[in-house]
Amino acid sequence: MIADMSAEDIVGDYQEVTLQLYGGITRKVLYTQIETPYPDGKLIVSTTNPEGVITHVNQSFIEMSGYDEAELVGAPHSILRHPDMPAAAFKDLWDTITRGETWQGYVKNLRKDGGYYWVKATVIPNIRGGKLVGYTSVRRKPSRTKVDECINLYPTLFN
Amino acid sequence: MSYMFTVSPDFTPDHISGWYIFNTWLQKHTGIGIHLEMYDHFLSQREAIQADKIDLIYANPFDAAMLVREKGFLPLVKAQGAADEALIAVSGESQTNDVTDLTPGTRVAYTDDPDVRLMGMIMLEPGDLDATNIVPVVADNYVLVAKHLLKGDADVGIFLAEAYDGLSSMIKKQLKVLVRSQISVIHHALMIGPKLQDRRDEIQQLLINMESDEKGGGVLKSLGFEAWQRVDDEEMEFMIDLMDTLNT
Repeated sequence: MIADMSAEDIVGDYQEVTLQLYGGITRKVLYTQIETPYPDGKLIVSTTNPEGVITHVNQSFIEMSGYDEAELVGAPHSILRHPDMPAAAFKDLWDTITRGETWQGYVKNLRKDGGYYWVKATVIPNIRGGKLVGYTSVRRKPSRTKVDECINLYPTLFN
Repeated sequence: MSYMFTVSPDFTPDHISGWYIFNTWLQKHTGIGIHLEMYDHFLSQREAIQADKIDLIYANPFDAAMLVREKGFLPLVKAQGAADEALIAVSGESQTNDVTDLTPGTRVAYTDDPDVRLMGMIMLEPGDLDATNIVPVVADNYVLVAKHLLKGDADVGIFLAEAYDGLSSMIKKQLKVLVRSQISVIHHALMIGPKLQDRRDEIQQLLINMESDEKGGGVLKSLGFEAWQRVDDEEMEFMIDLMDTLNT
């Protein structure tokens, strides 16, 4: 399950929109224009089960997302979905990883406080004994040039 | 029958005798004949692994995927509390204060230590640098990486953080750290090959208990370690998955 965002958690002026997430989930999100810079030298790491439900997060994930570990584990990974991210990017992600391949892309993530942070994300299938048991996602600091390209590109990918 | 043990060529020179002492201790406590073969370079070590000559290895995390998935190795232990971290440094006189100040054509000094180079190159990505647009300056060790920076032969250097911290204070005073990794989950591990795996549980337990052995504690000290800590199969698989994502 994934709860709607709450106005009391938001820092700064915000906008409101309802997102249709993977798996038929609907979520009201509140978002601001405040960017949190990606911390130097750190990796944000998480694992999910094959359905995209979070099973593990590292400390950097907790710090950057603004959620507690207990709020994250058991939630769908789309808890980070920002309304500026086109659905086509996540369709490409799921199409790629369900084929057993690695996906890489630049993603604007939504924080619990309504702010955002950009990452370079890599997602790989976890195969154990020949069987898919989940996915690992590792985010690193992106190149600002690439982020600027995405800021121009992503709005053109909405239908 | 004798088995072959080897150590990742990025071992610190101060601990080379420690590995021979450890091998003697291990043979005594297992009754297994083990020959320790030290390689100077990763390439020659990998050739020996590919030729199935190696049965026990203190492995660089970069090689863990190949060892587990192609050669059937399994993890035993890691040095307690140890993690491989990298850092990016420049000469203290450099005008560069942030990785994003760097431009294509930057001369990057590094060693052939594969996991450190990988972590270092990732930390250069925010500056739009990658393997295709840097000028590599390959050095035999981290002291030489530092010297390349001080002599102006290289613009930035990629260091194993532990090796950088071990440089003399005179050298460090002339350098400037731009970024230091805080990954925590990438580490070397002692791994066991297929021919010895029927002894895996016994050897793993022996190593975990080594710190409380009469002479074991001293042997660990000669390696620069406090104790061995168990690495289970899933921890190793997680690290391999993580390395795979970084290698992409």
